[in-house]
This record gives sequence, structure tokens and C-alpha cells, in this order.
Amino acid sequence: MIASDLVALSPLIVLSSTAVVVMLSIAIRRDHHLAALLAFLGLAAALASLRFAAAASPRRVTGLLLVDGYSLFYSAVLLLSTAAVLLLAFAYMERQQEHREEFYCLMLLAACGALVLVSSCHLVSLFLGIEILSVSLYGLIAYLRFQPLPLEAGMKYLVLAATSSAFLLFGMALLYSETGSMELSSLAKSYMGTPDPALGAVGWAGTILMLTGIGFKLAVAPFHLWTPDVYQGAPLPVTAFVATVSKGSVFALLLRWFHGADSTVSAPVYWAFVTMAIASMLIGNLLALQQENVKRLLAYSSIAHMGYLLVAFLAAGPLGIQAATYYLIAYLVTMLGVFGLMTVLSTGEEEHCELKDYRGLFWQHPVISGLFAAMLLSLAGIPLTAGFLGKFYVIAAAASSSLWLPVFVLIVSSTIGIYYYLRVIVALFSLPAEAGEREEPVRLTVPLEASFSLAALVILLFVFGLYPTPFWALIQTMSASLG
Amino acid sequence: MILFWLVAILIAAGVLAGVAARWSDTAPRVICLGALATDFGLCLGLWSGHYPALATIGPPRWFAELSWNWIPQWGIRFHLAVDGLGLALILLTLFLGIMAVLASWRGIQRSAGFFHFNLLWVLAGVMGVFLAVDLFLFYFFWELMLVPMYFLIAVWGYERRIYAAIKFFLFTQISSLLMLAAIVALAVLHQSATGSYSFEYEDLLSMPLAPGTEMLLALGFLAAFAVKLPAFAIHTWLPDAHAEAPTAGSVILAGLLLKTGAFGMLRFVLPLFPNAARQLAPWMMTLGVIGILYGAVLAFAQTDLKRMVAYTSVSHMGFVLLGIFAMNDIALQGALIQMLSHGVSTGALFILAGALNERLHSRDLRSMGGLWDTMPVLSGAGLFFVMASAGMPGLGDFVGEFLVLTGTYRVSPVLAALGALGMIAGACYALRLVQTVFFGPNVHNWRFPDAHWYEWSVAAPMMACLLWIGLYPQPVLNVVRPAIDGIRHQIAVSTLAKR
Repeated sequence: MIASDLVALSPLIVLSSTAVVVMLSIAIRRDHHLAALLAFLGLAAALASLRFAAAASPRRVTGLLLVDGYSLFYSAVLLLSTAAVLLLAFAYMERQQEHREEFYCLMLLAACGALVLVSSCHLVSLFLGIEILSVSLYGLIAYLRFQPLPLEAGMKYLVLAATSSAFLLFGMALLYSETGSMELSSLAKSYMGTPDPALGAVGWAGTILMLTGIGFKLAVAPFHLWTPDVYQGAPLPVTAFVATVSKGSVFALLLRWFHGADSTVSAPVYWAFVTMAIASMLIGNLLALQQENVKRLLAYSSIAHMGYLLVAFLAAGPLGIQAATYYLIAYLVTMLGVFGLMTVLSTGEEEHCELKDYRGLFWQHPVISGLFAAMLLSLAGIPLTAGFLGKFYVIAAAASSSLWLPVFVLIVSSTIGIYYYLRVIVALFSLPAEAGEREEPVRLTVPLEASFSLAALVILLFVFGLYPTPFWALIQTMSASLG
Repeated sequence: MILFWLVAILIAAGVLAGVAARWSDTAPRVICLGALATDFGLCLGLWSGHYPALATIGPPRWFAELSWNWIPQWGIRFHLAVDGLGLALILLTLFLGIMAVLASWRGIQRSAGFFHFNLLWVLAGVMGVFLAVDLFLFYFFWELMLVPMYFLIAVWGYERRIYAAIKFFLFTQISSLLMLAAIVALAVLHQSATGSYSFEYEDLLSMPLAPGTEMLLALGFLAAFAVKLPAFAIHTWLPDAHAEAPTAGSVILAGLLLKTGAFGMLRFVLPLFPNAARQLAPWMMTLGVIGILYGAVLAFAQTDLKRMVAYTSVSHMGFVLLGIFAMNDIALQGALIQMLSHGVSTGALFILAGALNERLHSRDLRSMGGLWDTMPVLSGAGLFFVMASAGMPGLGDFVGEFLVLTGTYRVSPVLAALGALGMIAGACYALRLVQTVFFGPNVHNWRFPDAHWYEWSVAAPMMACLLWIGLYPQPVLNVVRPAIDGIRHQIAVSTLAKR
């Protein structure tokens, strides 16, 4: 390992050493402000170090990690998302009775795992990344350990994630026994090409097991069963983290894996993804219809969004990568915004996540409710917002590859989806008279750091919805580094 | 540049109105009126600037145009342009917009700022739809008008407003997503033919299409436009949305949003897919006739005043659909006149229904009767608008329906004869409406104040407008003729190419 290897890895190094520093600072003196500040500075430093890493890229480090334009781009996205979650989490954690400082330590480690994932090009680093991410998430989800719901969610996630990791590991072993390689790029070649890729029964079994494991992390149907419970139980900032950074990093890995090679995927893999995409879109949107808890509703909505993402993922060539990336980022911005607003609205120790908690909110807090509605409309894909252009790109990319069946399902299911987003909006705008016995208006103070984060997200929401040109050019250069 | 300001003024004034409500309840109304009047003036300027040229020399393709880069990677441009067709409809938009603001001067008390914000934004969306010649931009505005309209219904509507608003949103959304898929497919086809994506109207016009593809894409576009129009069988959102919306919302829905559907057919379906349109024409004309008769019969049976007017809309828009797909000169002109005069006459009827509701707090026809005695002025205006809607000669709707039927007769005498029955049915429901509301005994002993200043100032210009279209429609026809000739030229070219 030489100096430029270290430079290429500097974001990871900075991030993991920050986690250690936060831990040590806790050992010396417990101070919530200090821990949060250190974590935030660490994220900022890691973001800054991307510049130096970019100078050293593209670079293959130790056979496990590949630092190139793609991984740097996604690292930046994930670091920014983590920073947004952290800013939103601070006021939330301040209200909790627990020890608060370790929260940041875990969050930094989870971000570390996500960064490993987006730059991994080898089964070993893939597994390492997923495990670092998941193990930190066990802790994060069950962080409020004296409350029943987070504890239940943590246990559920622990058991299911461990099982899916086992699937993943076994799949890797089978694939390795068949192909003799752990390189993602050479593994990818065994799925590519029509009509028959050179893969035997053991190899296919391994592939299916691996897809199961990855499908679990992405929460696509039929591996989505954990999502609503975990979303509901986890503390709001952690839910935001699971919905964005965790899923985003796994999706980025999948994109690199399958889009790295030039040719199209073989028919069995293709149909596996088509099935997952269609099932996710339909199941996610249909099950969200009757939810009374907004966190559960968003859980199902995120399942549907993963389905849309898979449609873009299926589109061939650079267009597919670009559309998927754009959609993913629009999704990250919107989900962070929604959960951020929900965090801000949850005053006191209780979270306000039931639909009835939001009734008539507009007449008390017009700005926050207006933004909330804008975020929901972005999820529904209505113009002016990032979600609309995201959906447009997905449809355009899929149409370019003649994926008419998934496009048709996307159209139908996203119309179904609008119904439940409208339910929340109806609640927000329902008249005070109908809102019933609501006590005197709750005073709402939006903490400074959270409002900073929210303002950035709102601006991004509209910029990505109105003037995507420069950003789209950036994605184009990024995707050129892939494949 | 003027086209940019037309839209931008409305958008900016919408935000301003929303903010201004903090200080005063009247401020948003005044801002709203000011913005609409400014726009109206600008459009009249456009009209008078180009009107002399129409008679003498061949007019330019567009009266005014504006084209900026927007998303170059996809060949998407911020491209607005206006021809006679668009100009006539944006004048209608602004006119009805002003009427809608005046009509809700007293009726809307709850959060006037947000109301006028939504009102101006939906109008901006409608303007954008009439102006956009980039298909992506068109879709953008098409969707933009949806959300504020949803809020207008869902917040200020009557009892079943939530149901109506959601139904309206879902119907529109699924159909417009189908259109989006068709638009994207067009751009992708353009890419495979020429190597670059384009959403430009002119680029796509000249693109040859395989017959099967053309039919599928035409159906994608038609889905969106037929729902908005609405054509029979997918009209079920309309009575709910119209009846539950507040007065201004109903005026904009009936007067403008339905017109965007007809406009879309004229601007996009006929020129872009002429062969498919010709194949579909008998079906669409039949749907139009069914709509005419069905709407009229159901209107006759309604007991809710607003629902009744809503069903007359279904009937009237049937004439528009019939005229568009008869595809000859006279029928197309008739469809356009019908679009304009239906916008005014039905808008006026909804305003009347709103005025009655303000006094009676009911829309039930059975609770009315004998209102002429207590408020002769408003009742007289009502009689005028009902007669206009029933197609009385001398008023706008008659000209439109007459031209449509004349044009249709050349294509299909049977459909023309059946359509003409709709005018008789129109007289039936109109007479029933007048009889139950204004005449007869005043059994409930209603005593009401007669028309207020803001009601007068709405009724008078609308009457003048209907009389103008009814007695001397030639200026309107002169302005829209080049656009209609253009559409017919496209169809003729494709016929020749086919031979």
C-alpha cells in the first residue's frame, strides 16, 4: 500500500477515525454537543477529502476497493445524506433520556459501511460493507432501548438481516465454487450475454441466493416484509437513515455490478429483476393505501420507489445508470425531507406519526405543512419537484429500452400511489372544524441546525425539479467512468 | 418575451397574493385582478397587433414565440408560441379568470391568500398549456394545473369535496401519465430516426410514423384529452368535481380545464397522428353524439343545480368532440366557437348557481322557485345565460352548435341528425331549469337582495361576450382560421402521402 492508495481511501480513513475519536471523547467526557459536533466535522472532513481522493482516482486499492468517479460521486451523495440526517437528529436526540453520544458513533460507522459498499468491486468488500452497515443499524434502530417499539424493530431487523446475510454469504460461496472468482466484474460476465451464459446449476443457485440477500437490503418485494415494522419502530432520524443511506448504497452497488459490463443481462436475471420491480411497485402502492401511520405508509411507498428504481436499472446502457442515479437522488432528497419534517413536527418525547396527528396542521403551521405537501407531491411525481423529473427520466430510459410492461405497471401503480399521498395531504389541509378536539395550537420551534438541513433539501427539491441541466451533466460524466 | 411574462406575472402574483393575505383580506383579490387585467391587456395588444395582417397577407405561423434552452441533454426547450387558436383560448382564460375572482369576492372568506394563490397558479398552468409547443413543457403545465385545482376543490368545496377532489385527481393523473408515456415514446422514436432527442412540436410533426405505432401513440394522447374533455364513459369525475367545487373552481373547471382537452386534440392529436385520427374519427364522433344526448338527458333529471349545469357541460362538450373529429373546415370552426361560448355561458351559469347558493345555502332545485319576484335582475341574467346554454339563436352557443352540425352533416348525416336532437333536449332542460328556479310560485317565501355590484360586473361582460359571438363571430373566426387551415393542411398532406 503506497501513499496514493491512502489518499484514494482518505474519505474512509477520515470517517472511521472520526468514529474512534467520538468514542474516545465519550470515554473522557459525555457531552452531546461535542459528540455531534465532532461527528459533523468528521463528515465534513470526509467530504472535503473526496477532492484529494478524486485526484488519485481512478485507482484500484488492494483488489477490494475501486475508487473511481462513480464511487466518489456516490460517496459524496451518501455523506451529504448522512450529514442531513445528523443535523435533523440532533434536536431529536437532545430530547431523549438515553445516553445520546454513541448514536453519532454508530451513524459514522454505518456511513463507513455505505462508503465501502459503493466503492467495492469484490465479494469480500461487498460483504464487509453490508455487515458494517447492518451491524451499526441494529444498534441505531434499537437505540431507544427502553421503549418497546424500537426494541421490537431492532430485534426484527437483527434476525432478518442476519438471515439475509447468511443467504448472501452462502450465495457467494456457491458462485465462487462455480466460477472461481470473487471479482464483481468477472462474476457479472457470467450473467451477461444471451441466450445462455456459461453458468451451471450451482452458479444459478448462488445467484438466486445473492439476489435474495440484496433484495432484502433494498426491501423490494417479495423481500420487503421487515420494512413497515422497522420503519415504524425505529427513531425517526434512523428511519430516515435506513430509507436513504442504507438503501441508496446497496442500490449503487447493484448498479455498478450489473451495469459495469457492456452487454445486457441474460434472460433469467432480467426476468428476476422485472418480477421484483413489478411486484414491488404493485405491493408497495397497494399496501400503503390503508395505512394510518405515516411511517408505515412511507415504508410501503419506499418499497414502491425501489420498484421504480429497478425499472430504471433495467434500462440498458448509460441512460439506465443516469436515470436510476437521478431518480435515486430525487428519492433521497424527498425522503430525507419528509422524515426531516416529521422529526421537526414531533415535539416532546413522543413521535407524531399517526395520520390523525397531522389533521388540520396547515392552518396552524402553513409553511411546514406546505413543504410537507410539496415533499409528498414529489414522491407522487408531480411537476415542479424533483420526483417528477425523476419519474420522467425513468420512463424515458425504460422507453428507450422498450420496457413497455414495466412502464405500464409504473403508470398504473403510481396512480394508485397518488391516492395515499393525497390522503396525507387531505389530512394536512382538513379544516379545523373537522379536525375535532385538538388542543390549543402547539408551539413549534424549528431548531436552527434542522432548519438549515431542511432548507437545503427544499431548495434541492425544486432545483432538481426545475433546472436539472448542470446536475444531469455531472451524472453523465460520472456514469462515463462506469463500464 | 411577452409570452414569458404572461405566465410569469400570474405565477409571481400568485405568490404575492399568498403573502399579502397576512395584511389584508382584500389585498389578494386586488393583486389577482391586477395581474389578470395586465395579462388581458397584453393579449389584447397581441390580438390587435396581428389582426390587420390576417385579412391581407398570409399571417406568420406564430404571432409570438419564445424559445430557451432548458434541458439540452433531452432536447427539451422552454418553447412558448401562440397562434390564433392559442390566442383565442388565452383570452378566454384571462376573461374567465377575472370573472372567477369577482364571483368569489364575498363567497370566499377562509384564507383568501391561499385561495387566490391556487387560482392564479391553475390559470398559469392553463395558459402554459395553451402556449407550450414543446411537448415536455406542455406536459409540465398540464400537470401543473392539477394540484392547485385539487386544492381549490378540496379546501373550499361543498360537502363531498374530498371525494370529488381525489376522484378528479386520479382520473386526470392516470390518463395524463399515459400521455407522458406517449410523449416520451415520440421523443425516443425521434432519437432513433435522427440521432437526437426532441420534444419540439415542429420536429415531431414532420416525423413519419408506422401505422400501428401511430395508433398506439394517438390513443395515449387521446386518453388524457378525452378524460379532460370529457368524452362519454370517462366523464364520471366531472359531475362530482363541478358540483363540489367552489364557484370559481367550477368556472375554471368548466370554462377552461375542459377546453384544454379539446385544445390538445386540435393542437396535437389531429396534426401529429392524422391517419390514426381519421381511423378513430367515426368512433370519436359517435362518442360525441352519445355524450350530447346522455348529458342532456341526465341534466334533465338532476335535482342539484350545479350537477345539472355539469351535465349540460357533458352535452356541450359532445358537440366539440363531434366537431373536432368531423375534421372539416366548418366543423372545426364550430368546435372552436363552441369552446369559447360554452366557456362563457357555462361559467356564467356556475356563477349564477354560486350566487343562488350564497343566498339560499342550497343547490337543490326543489327548494327554489318564484325567485323572479324577489330578485328580477339576477333572474333575468339567469334566463339569458340559460337560453344561451340551450342554444338560442343570436347567442354564442347557437353559432357553435350550428356550425358543428353543418360540418358533421357533410361527413355523416345520421350523426348530425342525432346530434341535432341534443339541441331539442337542451331546450327541455333549459326550460325546466328556468321554470323551477325563477318562475312558479314562491312557495318558500324567499326574500333576497338582488344582484350586488360584483355580480353585476360579472354578468354584464359575459352577456356582452355571448352576444358578440352570437351576432358577429367573424373576428374570432378570422383569428383562428390560419390555425385551423394548418391543422387541415396536416391532415391533407398525410392523405396524399398515403395515396
